[in-house]
Amino acid sequence: MCALNIANEVQTGAANSGEPIVNDFTIMAATKNGSGSQTSNSVIVKSLFRMGIPVNGKNLFPSNIKGLPTWYSIRVSKDGYTARRPHNEIAIVFNQDTAAEDIANLPPDGVCLIPADWKWGQSRSDIIYYELPVKELMAKTEIPADLKDRIGNMVYVGAVAQLFGIPLEIIYEALLDNFNRKEKAARLNYNVVEIAYNWTAENLPKRDVYRFEKMNETQGKIMISGNEAGALGSLFGGMTVAAWYPITPSTSLIDGVLDYKHLRRDAETGKDTVAVVQAEDELAAIGMIVGAGWAGARAMTSTSGPGISLMAEFAGLAYFAEIPCVIWDITRLGPSTGLPTRTSQGDVLFAHFLGHGDTKQICLLPATVEECFEFGWRSFDIAEEYQAPVFVLSDLDLGMNNWMGEPFTYPTESIKRGKTLDKIQLEEFFAKYGEWYRYKDYDGDGIPYRTIPGTDHPRASYFTRGTGHTERATYSEKSSDWVANMHRLRLKMDVAREKLPQPFIDYNADKKVGIVSFGTNEPAIHEARNWLSAKGTQTNYLRIRSLPLASSVHEFINQHEKVYIIENNFDGQMSQIIRMEMNDTRHVESLALGDSLPMTPDWIVSKIWEGN
Amino acid sequence: MTTTPKPVGKVNAAGLERTEYKGVPSTLCPGCGHDSISNQIISMAFDMGLQPHNVVKFSGIGCSSKTPAYFLGTSHGFNSLHGRMPSIATGATLANNSLLAIGVSGDGDTGSIGFGQYKHMIRRNVPMIYIIENNGVYGLTKGQFSATSDEGQKLKYYGENALPSLDLCLEAIIGGCTFVARSFSGDAKQVQALLKAAVAHRGTAVLDIISPCVTFNNDPQSNKSYDYGKKNEVPLHEIDFIQGGYVPAREEITVDYAEGELIEVKMHDGSYVRLKKLGRDHDPRNRARAVGLLDEAQREQTFITGLLYYEEPRPILSETLNAPEIPLTALPEAQLRPTKDALDKLMQSFM
Ligand SMILES: Cc1ncc(C[n+]2csc(CCOP(=O)(O)OP(=O)(O)O)c2C)c(N)n1
Ligand code: SF4
Ligand SMILES: [Mg+2]
Repeated sequence: MCALNIANEVQTGAANSGEPIVNDFTIMAATKNGSGSQTSNSVIVKSLFRMGIPVNGKNLFPSNIKGLPTWYSIRVSKDGYTARRPHNEIAIVFNQDTAAEDIANLPPDGVCLIPADWKWGQSRSDIIYYELPVKELMAKTEIPADLKDRIGNMVYVGAVAQLFGIPLEIIYEALLDNFNRKEKAARLNYNVVEIAYNWTAENLPKRDVYRFEKMNETQGKIMISGNEAGALGSLFGGMTVAAWYPITPSTSLIDGVLDYKHLRRDAETGKDTVAVVQAEDELAAIGMIVGAGWAGARAMTSTSGPGISLMAEFAGLAYFAEIPCVIWDITRLGPSTGLPTRTSQGDVLFAHFLGHGDTKQICLLPATVEECFEFGWRSFDIAEEYQAPVFVLSDLDLGMNNWMGEPFTYPTESIKRGKTLDKIQLEEFFAKYGEWYRYKDYDGDGIPYRTIPGTDHPRASYFTRGTGHTERATYSEKSSDWVANMHRLRLKMDVAREKLPQPFIDYNADKKVGIVSFGTNEPAIHEARNWLSAKGTQTNYLRIRSLPLASSVHEFINQHEKVYIIENNFDGQMSQIIRMEMNDTRHVESLALGDSLPMTPDWIVSKIWEGN
Repeated sequence: MTTTPKPVGKVNAAGLERTEYKGVPSTLCPGCGHDSISNQIISMAFDMGLQPHNVVKFSGIGCSSKTPAYFLGTSHGFNSLHGRMPSIATGATLANNSLLAIGVSGDGDTGSIGFGQYKHMIRRNVPMIYIIENNGVYGLTKGQFSATSDEGQKLKYYGENALPSLDLCLEAIIGGCTFVARSFSGDAKQVQALLKAAVAHRGTAVLDIISPCVTFNNDPQSNKSYDYGKKNEVPLHEIDFIQGGYVPAREEITVDYAEGELIEVKMHDGSYVRLKKLGRDHDPRNRARAVGLLDEAQREQTFITGLLYYEEPRPILSETLNAPEIPLTALPEAQLRPTKDALDKLMQSFM
């Protein structure tokens, strides 16, 4: 039996038995981009969430504004799993261009919702068809003709609600939320939902086994995208300057900053305590945050791979001249324009070493919306503490999709400005040491003391440059000065590796197989480990949360007979970073995917069983 | 008994001597025009009694961009990346809008690699003095043509320049800059007066200063050579700067009112630039005339100097972005982090 079949055996319920399957299946809505289906899908997801059912929605959208195919998968899982599934039990086939494929992909006993107007007939006898007379139903509504196309997708919301069981009042609430509590817009859409719901009740007897049922698993939880979470984190982190250039999938992070900027509006003066600049390109965006960070602001930019490419020289300068700033990379699939609307973890090597010469950049690797919020504020503290750029490597899947999470914890520590000397502290420093040199290591941790321009002290200034410098910040071409400085920078990063957000570790000495990963593979790994465990393969798990690697990563790897490094890029980039740092990695196997989609537990299970 | 007082240098309004505005010794070629400009910056800062800690210096990469190390040694400075000083200055002045920013660039740094940033800095009205030390050549990389090299100019290794030159003042005026001036590094008096007026200006002030490269572009044929500059400079006005409110007022610079016609341009801080008209009749508040004049001069291969264009300042970037009047860097933690209550309320809206 091939590994994938074993995996399938673990995951699929007994669809054939005719027993109802409750809160454990996936719906795929296939529509055309720009057709308004985004609203329909969000409303279904929000409604299920409000019913207390663990749910995750994923948008697989094209690089296009209107017309190309788009798919949206909605997974409900009574066990709380949120990973992508390779199959869906139910298909909403609302795009003729992909209909044949979407129908062919359904498993036996799958369900197909399809517009009756197409007169497509029922090509498969092993699946259940529900044909919806979309045009006829729309004719019954009072929707103005110009809106009919966009609102037509509400028909399937009504049918889904009736067939699988979502109360109409919950749909209405979700619509209100979606339209920012604007009743008129919500009503217009609801009207279609209701007509479709009633028509379905009267005309389509239920023949399938799938059901939603209320649960109590989402009480007190929130639903938010990683990008919004990062935006909020930044606003609570005291960000004062943001500069950016639009690029999918990072744009919604800055949109989030703009949406919630009012949190940082001074009630008295009406002024915003955060300045957001849309730059002319990413060269300028990073220049602005480096300039702002140098001048004492907490500054951030958000971009994706192509932008990161343009930021390389400044990233090296900021590392070398020791200037704090935060760079979010919402990773998409490259190289080049690649698949700009598909997810990837393919920038980790590039970002970690961004800059020519010898650089080792600090990277934070969030896996959840809670971590996006936390790293949102903490990244500024880290940048100022280490006087260095901090990269936050999220991805399209985490950034642009809505995820369930716990309400965010208010920052547990007050704002940290690192070793920044104001006038009085500088005076005290002189009293203590009789000197202050910008790049001198006074504490043995490689981290020097800095001053901010404008500090009213005759000896506060220093000259910042990307050229070789002494510990006094004077120009130097001496190789001994160069090497001494590089040693200090290395020390600084070695100190950082033990203090940055440390890995999440689930370890038990009895288990001989270890899994190492990072970021958004988390839900797939969580589910895969449970399946593996049910079949007798017990695994330990370490999730890396920052670079440079903490020594506990080395330890964890050494504690196992076999270690799998799981990541969603083609070349196994994290595994390369690990191999660079560790002497003996013969027992380490790279499981690298990079197929443009969020990872599935099925893939992980099949790979690990292949290897055992 | 008489005591001979220790000789002290002249002290300015800030209580500082001129030497305190110097930087480290220059490493440029002896005679390089860029060094003259550094000297004028030092004199200007001394004359105006600038507080060094309120000044920030910026530059890109090039011989010209090295010079911020050679003046105002007790001010913070940032020698950044080739062509990208405008973005650094944009961020820094947004972070702290109370700083007086002085940037030094070259014609390569501004006219080629940094052309986009230059135009966008102007468009955003980043408050800074932006000096281009324009020698019509890439000095630091040893003598390639730059975008301001003259059409038909010959260089040792690179032959004849077949392309028309860019006029960085014209570009600034078209781009919406509210203070645009041109001068010649050898004209100490005019450079000084323009620098002082630029300090008084609020917004981007562009100063394109022809600054001969004695090593790679001092062919008398080149209109950026010293000889050519001396011969073909056509000053629009004789300029004097009368100090106003930005810095502690000192005694007025007296001018000779006797000859020629006078116009006064009032600066943002209440000071005046007093322009004594010479041959040409130029009112720097007339944009179309300024553009026409530059166009004409370019055809005639002369360069006209003086305050070419001046306009009432428009909002600076931090104002456009609704930032507070006090520097963002001066905000207390309470204004940087919304309350726990605000977060909890927000969380409710995501449930
Ligand atoms: C990205 C990048 N490309 C190229 C260079 C090499 N470079 C250094 S200075 C310079 C030209 C400087 O010319 P200009 O700005 O006119 O200054 P000058 O030396 O003439 O004063 C170049 C091309 C660089 N430093 N960075
Ligand atoms: S090469 Fe030219 S621009 Fe550079 S320092 Fe020498 S004279 Fe000045
Ligand atoms: Mg030059």
